[in-house]
Amino acid sequence: MTIDHPVALAPADRAVRLLGGDLTEKALRLHLDGLTGVDAVGLEARAANLATRSIKTSSKAWALDTIISTCDLTTLEGADTPGKVRSLVAKAVMPDPSDPSCPRVAAVCVYGDMVPYAVEALGALHGDPDHGLVSVAAVATAFPSGRASLDIKIADTREAVAAGADEIDMVIDRGAFLSGRYGLVFDQIVAVKEACRRVDGSFAHLKVILETGELQTYDNVRRASWLAILAGADFIKTSTGKVSPAATLPVTLLMLEVIRDWNRLTGERIGMKPAGGIRSSKDAVRYLVTVAETVGEEWLVPHLWRFGASSLVNDVLLQRQKMTTGHYSGPDYVTVD
Amino acid sequence: MSRLSVPKTYKLAIGGAFPRSESGRTYVVTSPAGEFLANASLASRKDARDAVVAARSAQAKWAGATAYNRGQVLYRIAELLEGRRAQFVDEIVQSEGVTAAVAGAQVDATIDLWVWYAGWADKYAQVAGNGNPVSGPYFNLSVPDATGVVAAIAPQDRTGVSLLGLAAVVAPIVLSGNTVVVVANEAAPLSAISLAEVLATSDVPGGVVNVLTGSPAELAPWLASHADVNALDLAGAGSIADGAWVDLQITAAETLKRVLPPVEGAPAPSLERITAFVETKTVWHTKAML
Amino acid sequence: MSFLEYAPAPESTAILNLRDSYGLFIDGEFVDGHGAAFATISPSTEKRIAEVACADASDVDRAVAAARRAYDRTWSRMSGADRGKYLFRIARLIQERARELAVAESLDNGKPIKETRDVDIPLVAAWFFYYAGWADKLEYAGLGSSPRALGVAAQVIPWNFPLLMLAWKIAPALAAGNTVVLKPAETTPLTALLFAEICQQADLPAGVVNIITGAGETGRALVSHDDVNKVAFTGSTPVGREIARAVAGTGKKLTLELGGKGANIVFDDAAMDQAVEGIVSGIFFNQGHVCCAGSRLLVQENVHDELVDRLKTRLSTLRLGDPLDKNTDIGAINSREQLDRIRALSDIGEQEGAERWSPACEIPSNGFWFAPTIFTNVSTSHRIARDEIFGPVLSVLTFRTPEEAVAKANNTPYGLSAGIWTEKASRMLALADRLRAGVVWANTFNKFDPASPFGGYKESGYGREGGRHGLAAYLEASGWQAPIESSPASPRSGRKARKAVAK
Repeated sequence: MTIDHPVALAPADRAVRLLGGDLTEKALRLHLDGLTGVDAVGLEARAANLATRSIKTSSKAWALDTIISTCDLTTLEGADTPGKVRSLVAKAVMPDPSDPSCPRVAAVCVYGDMVPYAVEALGALHGDPDHGLVSVAAVATAFPSGRASLDIKIADTREAVAAGADEIDMVIDRGAFLSGRYGLVFDQIVAVKEACRRVDGSFAHLKVILETGELQTYDNVRRASWLAILAGADFIKTSTGKVSPAATLPVTLLMLEVIRDWNRLTGERIGMKPAGGIRSSKDAVRYLVTVAETVGEEWLVPHLWRFGASSLVNDVLLQRQKMTTGHYSGPDYVTVD
Repeated sequence: MSRLSVPKTYKLAIGGAFPRSESGRTYVVTSPAGEFLANASLASRKDARDAVVAARSAQAKWAGATAYNRGQVLYRIAELLEGRRAQFVDEIVQSEGVTAAVAGAQVDATIDLWVWYAGWADKYAQVAGNGNPVSGPYFNLSVPDATGVVAAIAPQDRTGVSLLGLAAVVAPIVLSGNTVVVVANEAAPLSAISLAEVLATSDVPGGVVNVLTGSPAELAPWLASHADVNALDLAGAGSIADGAWVDLQITAAETLKRVLPPVEGAPAPSLERITAFVETKTVWHTKAML
Repeated sequence: MSFLEYAPAPESTAILNLRDSYGLFIDGEFVDGHGAAFATISPSTEKRIAEVACADASDVDRAVAAARRAYDRTWSRMSGADRGKYLFRIARLIQERARELAVAESLDNGKPIKETRDVDIPLVAAWFFYYAGWADKLEYAGLGSSPRALGVAAQVIPWNFPLLMLAWKIAPALAAGNTVVLKPAETTPLTALLFAEICQQADLPAGVVNIITGAGETGRALVSHDDVNKVAFTGSTPVGREIARAVAGTGKKLTLELGGKGANIVFDDAAMDQAVEGIVSGIFFNQGHVCCAGSRLLVQENVHDELVDRLKTRLSTLRLGDPLDKNTDIGAINSREQLDRIRALSDIGEQEGAERWSPACEIPSNGFWFAPTIFTNVSTSHRIARDEIFGPVLSVLTFRTPEEAVAKANNTPYGLSAGIWTEKASRMLALADRLRAGVVWANTFNKFDPASPFGGYKESGYGREGGRHGLAAYLEASGWQAPIESSPASPRSGRKARKAVAK
């Protein structure tokens, strides 16, 4: 695709710093297309190798607590109700009623219209997960498909932020990305980021969902990760959970490599959120290992790392109970939601 | 009144040129009955060294030519031999003391041998190489690749091999992309030099086939110990002195040369003679859709 | 706490049921040796594991005689299908005892359990499975319609992949119908002796596999034994040379897998993170005790600094320590002797002006250890760029053009392996054509498979192991005769000639 007339892109600090002041789609394209490729076999082999780490005893105990405290406990169903959300919040603030030492999750993640109920249910416990509180994350921008006009996406975002959402999980326009309209994707992220601005001038955190299962190739995932970061993402996130495959270890590793490279380049720390498909503690521990050995264990805090999951927490609780009591536990000893 | 003939000067063939020995030495070539035939160059160790240098510098390009091209070049040799059949018959009659019919049979066998090997140039890799079904996402292919520079001792028997023996040693070596330094039949070197002249006027690049005349006993140890020689064909080395070829093999071990032991007579055409001087190279590459 | 320190995760040794001492495995039984028995130790602790017999010349005689008897009376008369069944049995027994073998190998060799568990032992089983299937299909191996076994094979293997090298040697030899006498390295005899037990469990006919332990003297006696038809050796180039001399003129068929100084070539368009992984597995896999290691990194000059920087970051996550800990990436150096050699060459590297770097890592007080090491500013003339170090030491050199990369990669008397990292397929294939190396890994490194031939050019030895080509090392071709007339050729008697020049 040739670009006859450079189209100026919405200003985004990072992109301007990296690519220059007169930011054009051409400059963006040259940068993204100039990224070196990813060898899928090597990437997957490295991920498989990381997955062989054996995490035992004290390391395992720490890992289990970290999984819970960095989890976005999620409900994203058409059947969601205020009651369901209240129940989710109850679980979020006290995942294991039998064990008060169990940490709270990082956030509850809901559709935008459910934000007021989540905020209300959290009450005084609503706040910064880095300080042990629970924040509210809302999916926005015509989640999960993203097939709506920009105005709708912006309105969707504004409404959630106004209702008290601390974090916005937006989706990129995968159609635009796959057809090479990087500038459009970029502009939309910038616009949504702008919509995350609160009246006091602060911003809700923006998580940009790449929907890697639709991007399919690792080269695309790498380009999209760079694109999202350049446009202002606070977090990059693998998936909506509505498309298979959702999060995989190789995709997460690859996105963490981009985050590491951005950090080498600028010193800035971008967050990472694999979402969908991570159901077992064993699996989740592999993600922690991957984070620790790729960007460093200092990333394993709520403002830089999240699991997007609905059933993962229960499996972690079973493992926790096993470590505490020495016996295997069962599903009737953890709450269904 | 008969015409006074013009005798031919027989020289070495190194790097596409026909020099005399740098040592200035020659030796007398006679018929089995003892009649003078020619003064052949008596190659020295320095000639052997120069020949190895010529062979090395020609090797990469020769190996880099397409197999189809190498096959055509080899076939062209057969064509030219056919055209100069009478000359070769004559030389064999003189130097081996055989009848024209016997000499003719040797020339015919030599021509057929070139044709046979020429056809292998773009086929042996399909027989000697293959894809390997490794367990993993890899494309994996084994292909034969020329060993490099090969030194050879042509069969030294007094009769039956002066031309055929040389060809039977040289053809399987060069068809895969090796270059060769060959020591011709000491007692009957004339047709070997004439063959080199055929090669020079065919399309064989200079340096691919280098022919030394002289004493295998004197030259072979220098070739066996030369670090830039990758392999040794001792086909005719059995006759140097009883068991002396073993010392050549021991010498060759110093640089881990591939060695083919002596044979009786001219080696029969075979695929094994081709594969003796190739290396199996296995290339792995990752395979993925993503 | 630091998560990255990972709490200890040791593999249990309870699965091992070792004897206090091992004899020689000759004619289906463990017998005493006549040399001075020696102890095999764990290189990570220097603690004694077991005592092992040493075979002297008379023991070598006995072992070769047993192999000859088994060849004449049993193995050469057995159908290929039945030989194959024995090999299948062995493959299954190896799978069943995989964890035990992995622990024994880590203990005796010092390599990480992660590697013995995930690489060595699975490949050992795969090797026997692969060649088992060949035993009744030899006429399809491309060696003529009725290829013949050679007879008794003398096999001497190194300490870097003890059981895997045994499998590389024994599986094709037996499939082709030979019987074997194998000598494992003196520092790593343990798994070969466990393999002897496996042969007993498989009910393999007595004498088909004989395992004799000992040092260089035993190996010398074995390869120069008169009644041996085939010699196969994996090890150093100097010893390979010595064997080639000893075998010269005897008519014994010889294959040699020797040293290497593999070039790992990284272009500026390479998938960088994967290239870093490939470089790491290329030289730090198995503590660099790998003949095909990518010990020379040739990196395009315009990405040198970035790549080295990334490499250093990556090395900082490597964990050196207890080989039996499941999280160990770098185990112990196999012997004090090898450690001394690695130290000496590394010191020379520094003296020659190369820049030495290792990540901070704690070295255990007992045992033999060497931190992963990178040398930058290395020139082609430096010894660390030419000599095989056989340890976790990488020499980094640069190139500017593909032509220069090929020239530098080939500028070595060795020719075993090479790596190419580029996203450009046409350049990869052209480069692969030009590299004088028996194995070329493109966008990967140090991959092995029983179906894939392995072996070197030049002073890295000759012959191939693995795949169809690996069978040729253990078979006499029945020959293709060209359908044209020429005077008959037959091999001259070598041994007679040898005696004529007896020294």
